[in-house]
Amino acid sequence: MEDILSYPFFQRALLGALIIGFTNGCFSAYVVLRRSALVAGSLSHALLPGIAAGILVSGALTAWSAFLGAMIAALLVVLGSLAVARSSRLDQGTALAVIFTIAFAVGLILLKYVPVQVKLEDYLFGDILNISSSDLWVTFGISVFTLVLTTALQRPILLTLFEPSVAAAQGVPVRVLNYLIMTLLVLVMVSSLQAVGCILALGLVVAPGATVFLLTNSTRAMFWGGGVLGAAGAVGGMVLAHYGEFRPGATITVLLGAAFLLAFFFGPRSGFLRRAGSQ
Amino acid sequence: MSIQPDSFSADSGSGHCRHCAHHHELQIQGLAVRYQQVLALEGVTLGTSCGNTLALIGPNGAGKSTLLKAIAGLVPRSAGSILWRGARVSQWHREFAYLPQREDVDWSFPVTVRGLVEMGRYSQLGWWRRWRPLDDEKVTEALKRMHLEDLEHRQISELSGGQQQRTFIARALSQEAHVLLLDEPFNGLDRPARENLSSLLRQLAEQGRLVIASHHDLATVPALFDEVLILNRAPVAFGSVAEVFTPALLARAFGESEPELEEKVPAVVSTAANVSREKENALVPAGL
Repeated sequence: MEDILSYPFFQRALLGALIIGFTNGCFSAYVVLRRSALVAGSLSHALLPGIAAGILVSGALTAWSAFLGAMIAALLVVLGSLAVARSSRLDQGTALAVIFTIAFAVGLILLKYVPVQVKLEDYLFGDILNISSSDLWVTFGISVFTLVLTTALQRPILLTLFEPSVAAAQGVPVRVLNYLIMTLLVLVMVSSLQAVGCILALGLVVAPGATVFLLTNSTRAMFWGGGVLGAAGAVGGMVLAHYGEFRPGATITVLLGAAFLLAFFFGPRSGFLRRAGSQ
Repeated sequence: MSIQPDSFSADSGSGHCRHCAHHHELQIQGLAVRYQQVLALEGVTLGTSCGNTLALIGPNGAGKSTLLKAIAGLVPRSAGSILWRGARVSQWHREFAYLPQREDVDWSFPVTVRGLVEMGRYSQLGWWRRWRPLDDEKVTEALKRMHLEDLEHRQISELSGGQQQRTFIARALSQEAHVLLLDEPFNGLDRPARENLSSLLRQLAEQGRLVIASHHDLATVPALFDEVLILNRAPVAFGSVAEVFTPALLARAFGESEPELEEKVPAVVSTAANVSREKENALVPAGL
């Protein structure tokens, strides 16, 4: 253990995993409470064409071009689906499904023109061991921005999540907050690209919140507990991946999945076994 | 959150409104509400004031819930005005508490009884003001008044129907709301819980709050309420229970013949004496 910790690249990777796991874990509470897991799933697919387009426009695969491309594509998909849902008889889920599959397909076609195929795979599945100092700063910036904003706005967000119409009647700008939550969702998912890639990003931003939801009756505990669980899963996954020579992104996701299963079967409140036993 | 005129505490002293200087009025003038193209409510005009309990009755789809939501500001008006203390209700949203129908609440939400009642303080505190010891006191006081102290750490789905209603009323109290808008509060409650809730609502009115509830059990209207609005998309009649709660007017709203209604509503032998006797019976505290 000590010997790997002495490598700067591994230190950076661990720190990156810690920040990403914590931020995504905290935010996953809102994803679960807003019942937006499917939206997040669609987003993870929209990231790919965004990265491809970012590379095409900027001519190189850098963290910034990928981040910006992914963010713009995801925002277009999410805000586009909200706009379609609002101005037609379609619901947001249907609109999202149509728009994100088209976006994903466009991304696949664009791949043909992208010169750096191999490295693009890192964005599909993550490559946290190669996280650079500048990537780390981007991740850190997104993390601070997200945590500060969600903490500062926790009262109106809580009211909005629990009873949107009552919140609106009490003067909470529910629509603005919904757009804000969606924008933050895109940000934290983009920040986890480096760690787990766009396919597995979904796990980080849903699984911790879903797990803690089974264990607690407090929204605050769900938020911070999701953060702690996400961070533990990310760091633990890194270490496990190192010794087992697994892919870090996949190992992190499997660990978080194991935590979820434990909570599902043995949780004190909603445990499956407890419930089955009491019937 | 918008800055509001200073509101007085609804808890300051008991029995005001009827006995004190201020007498806040709710004035609804020519109110209409449309959902898309469908007219849900039209021509609603009424005036009432704090200290009253007002029942909204009428057949299914008569617009009872819609009227409550319009007063609470949950659905937009397409015509008319709703004034509280002489100003638009949107300026007073802190003084209004809307209690949704049971099936409209997400009971799985991770919040405890105390956590829900704490939410009531948010409209007093705004978004950023620090939580003070005073806020804890208000929450504790509201929990006590609704007899929920022992349940404060329960998650809201782990309560009986009556306890759930009382939790939402406790939130309205911690909000220091002056007008309580309840959508079918007695739905799904067993008899003791119904009696408990009805005496609570009456106490709230006596302490100067205005209680407005949609209600479908005609038999209990005279016992529970002072005023009635009989509604069938448009108002059929509005006034005190003694004046308005008559077989003839009910038949107009419900489209049934008078004898049939009398069977459903034994209380509609409406002499004023009868009504007041029923009310006294309802006032006996039902095992709080």
